[in-house]
Amino acid sequence: MNKRQLLSGATLLLLLFYAGCGGAEKPAVTETAATEAPAGPPVDPATAATVTGKVVFKNGKPRANRLRMDADAACAALHGQPVFSDEVVINDNGTLRYVFVYVKSGLGNYSFPAPKEPAVLDQHGCLYTPHVIGVQTNQDVKILNSDQTTHNIHPVPSVNREWNTSMPPGAEPLIKSFPREELLIPVKCNVHPWMKSYIGVLKHPFFAVTGADGSFTIKGLPPGDYTIAAWQEKFGTVEQKVTVGAKETKSVDFTISPPAGAGD
Amino acid sequence: MPARPSPALHRFALLTAGATLLLLVAGALVTSNDAGLAVPDWPLSYGRLMPPMVGNIFYEHGHRMVATFVGLLTVILALWLWRREPRRWVRRLGLAALGAVILQGVLGGLTVLFLLPRPVSLAHASLAQIFFCLAVTLAAVTGRSWQEEKPRLLDTDSPSLRQLAEAATLMLFVQLLLGAAYRHSLTSIVPHLVGAAGVTFVVVRVVNHVRALEWRPRELWRPASALAGLVAVQLLLGPAAYLARLAAIESPQPTVLMVALTVAHVAVGGLALAASVVLALYCHRRLAVPAPRLGAAPSPEKMVA
Repeated sequence: MNKRQLLSGATLLLLLFYAGCGGAEKPAVTETAATEAPAGPPVDPATAATVTGKVVFKNGKPRANRLRMDADAACAALHGQPVFSDEVVINDNGTLRYVFVYVKSGLGNYSFPAPKEPAVLDQHGCLYTPHVIGVQTNQDVKILNSDQTTHNIHPVPSVNREWNTSMPPGAEPLIKSFPREELLIPVKCNVHPWMKSYIGVLKHPFFAVTGADGSFTIKGLPPGDYTIAAWQEKFGTVEQKVTVGAKETKSVDFTISPPAGAGD
Repeated sequence: MPARPSPALHRFALLTAGATLLLLVAGALVTSNDAGLAVPDWPLSYGRLMPPMVGNIFYEHGHRMVATFVGLLTVILALWLWRREPRRWVRRLGLAALGAVILQGVLGGLTVLFLLPRPVSLAHASLAQIFFCLAVTLAAVTGRSWQEEKPRLLDTDSPSLRQLAEAATLMLFVQLLLGAAYRHSLTSIVPHLVGAAGVTFVVVRVVNHVRALEWRPRELWRPASALAGLVAVQLLLGPAAYLARLAAIESPQPTVLMVALTVAHVAVGGLALAASVVLALYCHRRLAVPAPRLGAAPSPEKMVA
């Protein structure tokens, strides 16, 4: 074997080696700093305040996009009626569903250990349920596949580790967590391109997702001055400042409008 | 050793080139349907040879199946050439194609295992076109027409048709890469648009040059005509695919129209490159470069022995 053949063989082996070592995850980012819990006092429950409110949609009603599930007969068979995207869901009372509302700043140096209970993200009816969830850093996310078809779950984060895992029908729940704060991580199923979801990862527990009435409630806040943000996947983020005293409940309503020319 | 044309070998090389075009289409279907990671493992698919072909798994695993078929054809072609082909450079070209298809398979695996790193995806797209050029070249040079000895035309223009055909091939290749870079979100559409203008300019010159030849060999005229027609179709398909892509931005999933137009744009681009490769090859085969001369001005074309 001459030198050229040796070099070619070594290059091929090297490529195969990297391919074999790759797994389905991108190279890990350094996570040491992110996994360390911030030092600080816990919130005193006796003084905890609440911020509540709703997210109102203004100026028209965008046309909902219909999903085409015919690429997988198992998915299409699950729905007797047309299915529409959850990208923009306007409730009957004119409020917006699936808006991620969270405390953006003002929390100081409190410590917020990750909850023991996992957040649950289900693949049900070939849709992610719920469409938007929030978790704390290092809190478990329990991912289910309730469908009788194969899904792959693929978060596409910017600062956390990206991974892509298949979940055949009847698969055991998948437990994952995100060590770094990130707003918001898109999640997709590459098998079913209409399936999209978002995960908000925060260091603290002060977040909520608006429901069928467009309302949200953030409980357990220590007294202080805060910036509250409301994120909607299509229309972006709006913010408001609020001051809460001990045991106080404040109402903060948001209004989200489509940009000029959008909607109908 | 004089080459003896083997019709069977030529037909097999044509089959390999045709299957490679099908592979380009299958690859474009994967990208356009956002199916690149529908199968998270490699080289197996969901741990087996044949996964359930549902949703985007159909496109991704279908691409792998066509790629395996092309790989098999290339192995057979390389072995066939090695055993039967008297021209050493053609045998080596067969080996180069084999090396390229193996490397292409590894790059495809790396794109899956490392979650579509854009440079690797672009390398995969680039090598696809290079391999297609190799397959087309093998199909051309194993044909009877290539191996017939004919007098050469003297092309005295500057730039010569040979240079223009080579420039067109290179520019088409770069243009296909710019298109891939745009589809993989590595660049904006602007470089691809600039490339389209450049390709059109050079192709028009190539075709005009071939038309101006007093005696037009069929081997030059046919690929030149095909190139002109394919580039004209591309100029229609390109804007249509782009507009369909813009219209699909609001859609929660790739639209059928966007996928169809994009795949057609990629396929016709590949065919245009193939036509350009064949033209450039036959320019080398049938045209003579004038020797440095002193004195009298030459006529535009002359037959040389």
